[in-house]
Amino acid sequence: MNVEIAVDQPAKMPAKRTKRSLSGMAARSFKKHWQLYIIVTPPLLYFFIFKYYPMLNAVLAFKDYNVIKGIWGSPWVGMRNFKLFFNNPIFWDLIKNTVYLSGYLLLAGFPIPILLALMLNEVRGNKFKRLVQLVTFAPYFISTVVMVSIIMLFLAPRLGFVNVLLNHLGLDSINFLGEPGMFRSIYVWSDIWQTAGYSAVIYLAALAGIDPTLYEAAKVDGASRFQKIWNVDLPGLLPTIVIVLILNVGNIMAIGFEKVYLLQNPLNLVNSNIISTYVYSIGLLNANYSFATAVGLFNSVINLVLLVLVNSLAKRFSNNSLW
Amino acid sequence: MTTMNQKIRESAGDRVFMYGIYIILTLVLLAVIYPLIYILSSSISSPSAVTSGKVWLWPVDISFKGFKTLFNTPQIMTGYGNSLFYTAMGTFISVALTVMIAYPLSRKTFFGRSPIMMIITFTMIFSGGLIPTYMVVKSLHLIDTRWALLIPNAIWVWQIIIARSFFQSSIPEELIEASEIDGCSDLRFMRSVVIPLSKPILAVLVLMYAVGQWNAYFDALIYLKSANLFPLQLVLRSIIIQNNSTGIMDAMKQVERQQLSELLKYALIVVATLPVLMIYPFVQRYFVQGMLVGSVKG
Repeated sequence: MNVEIAVDQPAKMPAKRTKRSLSGMAARSFKKHWQLYIIVTPPLLYFFIFKYYPMLNAVLAFKDYNVIKGIWGSPWVGMRNFKLFFNNPIFWDLIKNTVYLSGYLLLAGFPIPILLALMLNEVRGNKFKRLVQLVTFAPYFISTVVMVSIIMLFLAPRLGFVNVLLNHLGLDSINFLGEPGMFRSIYVWSDIWQTAGYSAVIYLAALAGIDPTLYEAAKVDGASRFQKIWNVDLPGLLPTIVIVLILNVGNIMAIGFEKVYLLQNPLNLVNSNIISTYVYSIGLLNANYSFATAVGLFNSVINLVLLVLVNSLAKRFSNNSLW
Repeated sequence: MTTMNQKIRESAGDRVFMYGIYIILTLVLLAVIYPLIYILSSSISSPSAVTSGKVWLWPVDISFKGFKTLFNTPQIMTGYGNSLFYTAMGTFISVALTVMIAYPLSRKTFFGRSPIMMIITFTMIFSGGLIPTYMVVKSLHLIDTRWALLIPNAIWVWQIIIARSFFQSSIPEELIEASEIDGCSDLRFMRSVVIPLSKPILAVLVLMYAVGQWNAYFDALIYLKSANLFPLQLVLRSIIIQNNSTGIMDAMKQVERQQLSELLKYALIVVATLPVLMIYPFVQRYFVQGMLVGSVKG
């Protein structure tokens, strides 16, 4: 949650004197800490090569990529790739699938860790509390591939646990992963199963930090447990809730590729094709580099705008923000 | 009198409320742990018990046939070996690079630390995208080499943030000043003071990077082509998700093969997950620490 960027803009200071003293400071710092400047170079190079150079490469979106001419030699085509994407019927499908999936994940997945933390916080017995925490945290360590493997084994049409159970109850088998309508629920609820315990940790820490005198005051006033949660715990959690909500809403268009891609099959593609999986299939599988870059860039820009927007809204309506 | 009644009634309400909480938490506990037990039990049951749906909770006709087959499959053992290599090597590179940038950024006298911090954090909210990054990796000739899994995603910004805030809060300014007066160089100070004082944060970094590397598949999917370089996760994907287990058991009869291929999937999940889940209870506190260090503004 600490994306705090300290801004001590040198430009704001009076021009001439600052320049001299700044360069003097820099020179002194370089001379004294030259070893630190040397060790910081490889990681910085990493950021320039693998994070910033790709941003330059993103000009590909405005070009018609030609392998022989390379990125910089390929001809400019202006906004053609973007126009192609916006006019493609798949555009609205992708937007809809992406927003629906992450919207569903947000609506269902956001409150559950909070509820879990509030309940765990009420538990007196330390052993039970620790057991629940230990177990619910564990699935966080399961890899995406294993998670999807588990989903597929449990939901397999013939031998899967769920269908065997349904058959025992006299019900027909369901091909869960072949039903487009089931895709989002499968994605969201398996995600909650996997991460709710992990996400609850941050709220538990916030609950532990609430001023104990507030609880004593509530006790003196004869508040019930529920009233105590409502009037002390929830207000105490609010700053954390707002920060986590900002991050989640800001990332609505950035929903991960990994799990969606593995759960995808031709039958559920109607609902499971999202922007990031589309970029992968168009770009890397069909080698349509320029077009895929344009789609990816569009997505990145939307993400950035969303994050900045949500952050400024949060700043306006409460005192919590990322920066 | 009335106040006493009130008190009794309230506490009864509270008691019901508490029972409700305990029941819900117990259900949550069962819902999380049941699939894990089911998988573990299936992996050590006999192939026919697994395919005929006889396993409900505990293993049926205990057999280790699944694991035996796994250990005799070169494809899987290569994947396992590769994953061990990527995890060890990748974690080493990642932790080294993270400390190399996080420590200087924690020093107040390090000129330019605000702009550098800004350059780094910006990459958290904006990226060039999949294809432009792929082009960079390609132009460096890293495609289909082991380096492709070790370098392009070596540093996580989040780890820099938590390491930096740890250094800032737990390396006392006085120590730095004293060492400077004694003429101790920055590197010497890092080696003999910072690193020994930072074991908790180093543990957090090592564990988070190691689990991340062990569980990763995306970079392998896009950057690797040769099967002999594949990490375990990619082998798993091919066997379980794409259902390509034919290569493992050519010589068997159809029925037997089908039964075994189901069993193998459970055994594979166990083999791929157990190393991480087994150390997890002992190191959970480091992960919690890592999350919380980062969430304290500073």
